[in-house]
Amino acid sequence: MADFLFNNIEETVSVILFGIGFTMLLLQQNLIKKIMGMNIMDTAVYLFLAAKGYIYGKMVPIVTDGVLEASAYINPVPSGLVLTGIVVSVSTTALMLALTIRLYERYHSLNLDEILMRAKKEEKS
Amino acid sequence: MSFVQNLPFFSIIIAMFSGILSSVISGKKARNLSLFAIVVTTLMSGAVLAYCMRTGESYTYMMGHFPAPWGNEIRAGVLEGLTALLFGVVMLLAVIGGMHHTFRDVEEGKINQFFIMIDLMLSSLLALIYTNDLFTAYVFIEINTIAGCGLIMIRQKGHSFTAAIRYMIMSQLGSGLFLIGLSLLYDVTGHLLMSPAKEAVAAIESAGNYEIPMLVILALISVGLAIKSGLYPFHSWIPDTYGYATPTASAILSGLVSKGYIFLLIKIFYRVLGMETVLASRIVNVLFVFGLAGMIMGSVHAIFEKDTRRMIAYSSVAQIGYIYMGIGLGTREGMIAAIFHVFAHSATKALLFISAVGLYEVSGGKKDYRSLRGAGYRNPLAGIGFAAGSLSMVGFPMLSGFISKLLFATSALQSPRKMMVTLLVLAISTVLNAVYFLRLVITLYSTRKSDEAQSSGEVQSSDHAGTVKSGVQEGVAAQRWNLKISVACYIILNLILGLGSQPIIDAIARGLEMFG
Repeated sequence: MADFLFNNIEETVSVILFGIGFTMLLLQQNLIKKIMGMNIMDTAVYLFLAAKGYIYGKMVPIVTDGVLEASAYINPVPSGLVLTGIVVSVSTTALMLALTIRLYERYHSLNLDEILMRAKKEEKS
Repeated sequence: MSFVQNLPFFSIIIAMFSGILSSVISGKKARNLSLFAIVVTTLMSGAVLAYCMRTGESYTYMMGHFPAPWGNEIRAGVLEGLTALLFGVVMLLAVIGGMHHTFRDVEEGKINQFFIMIDLMLSSLLALIYTNDLFTAYVFIEINTIAGCGLIMIRQKGHSFTAAIRYMIMSQLGSGLFLIGLSLLYDVTGHLLMSPAKEAVAAIESAGNYEIPMLVILALISVGLAIKSGLYPFHSWIPDTYGYATPTASAILSGLVSKGYIFLLIKIFYRVLGMETVLASRIVNVLFVFGLAGMIMGSVHAIFEKDTRRMIAYSSVAQIGYIYMGIGLGTREGMIAAIFHVFAHSATKALLFISAVGLYEVSGGKKDYRSLRGAGYRNPLAGIGFAAGSLSMVGFPMLSGFISKLLFATSALQSPRKMMVTLLVLAISTVLNAVYFLRLVITLYSTRKSDEAQSSGEVQSSDHAGTVKSGVQEGVAAQRWNLKISVACYIILNLILGLGSQPIIDAIARGLEMFG
């Protein structure tokens, strides 16, 4: 069992990181920490994909020295997915941060519970 | 290759480019461009549907010049065409019906941004419907989320920011789970296109390998999309987002966005994982149980809610529960019922949100449902629309909700182990629906005198009457053609779904066969 985990160390680590990020995004009250959790979660997926696309001892799939056999290179598709994923994650992070700024300006707090409480109070008054 | 086969791709691109173009033009022009894009894409979807009905088969459309196992593909069949057509119509009517409020709620210089979001939403929905590639689906899920968040927070009043942040957090949880599920699936199968991935999954199944990873993948993808579509235990963001957004946004978010994810889930079940695998894994039973819980709890929450729009939003929780229950039945009939309910609910819920606007306008803009007393007389068409929507939700014959309830009940009869509980919960949920929807309708058509007799403080009542009076005057001016047209068309759409249901059900059945 431990052997399995150790032999697939990248996958193990990425799943643990995914769990950490997911839990942070779900349970942290501080909005900035939530966003950090979201980034950890996304990055864990990229680590997982990159680890899966890597083949031991093979080169980056860019032809420079005339080697054209596919077997000389690693799988390029996961790298492409990681790039796309990074773009998506950057834009959602930017959106979340912008929202956090607006919330902070309005309610002077980063704690989600407190923000919701103040919003409720504002509605009543 | 026929010209019509290009249209799914054109419709996605037209919607996306009109969004990009909208960023540099004025609000009015952006509105016209957006309406134009919606009309054109809807017509294109209709053409695709007609083409697939005529030829009787679906087709895949290669993007770029890389053939099947590598490139990106679009797939169109009867079910895709039908869904895209209906979503287009609902979206068009939602934009038209909520137009006045959009211009009032959104800041002067930012109206074009609202329409950017509408265009992006349209293009991402179309892409979710048509795509044959899993990673493209993920990217468009995120675009959909961002556009949805924009639609919520563009109304910079009251709760919209807190609603938006809650929506974003839940959505990110859902997309994170979907993404890791997708990565696992890619590792196991080595494909991102749906058709080769399905072959690989079938090969793995028959060899008996990777049982646990396949189960994990199935669970991650289902839960991820269930969170994003607001299945019961993950519904906490729904009432805020639907309740505080501008009416067009509420109608689109409740009617279309959550349905887009459900459609994608069904497509993945059929086209990637294979329905037999899904049934064997018993994950459908989990969806079934949560669907049942949602049907009851959503209605119970709605009964205790005072704010009309939040009440309608909680009713959405219950209706999403219906859809997942249909999927959870695990039969072909159950799936047909679920997809029909997707259509019925998007037409009905959008009607309710839009006609609720018409009723607010004549009641001083108060949120409490009791302030709507007699509003059905002050804005007759909106009152009729709201009543029709409510009756459809409760399951009155002739309207779309009745057909979907009938389909759910008949499909439940075919799976003996789930029959009793389904019928029982269906009955309870219908009664609960009737409690709050009929209460609303009765409030709409009860006269004001009883209200004044009941209110204790004289000063308070006269003050109340004063605000209502000014509201009425504002409301009479507010009875515009666009709201009327939108409500009337929604009612007609509901009647079409309710009275002419047989061809639609046949088309859904054919579409599911094409999913294969």
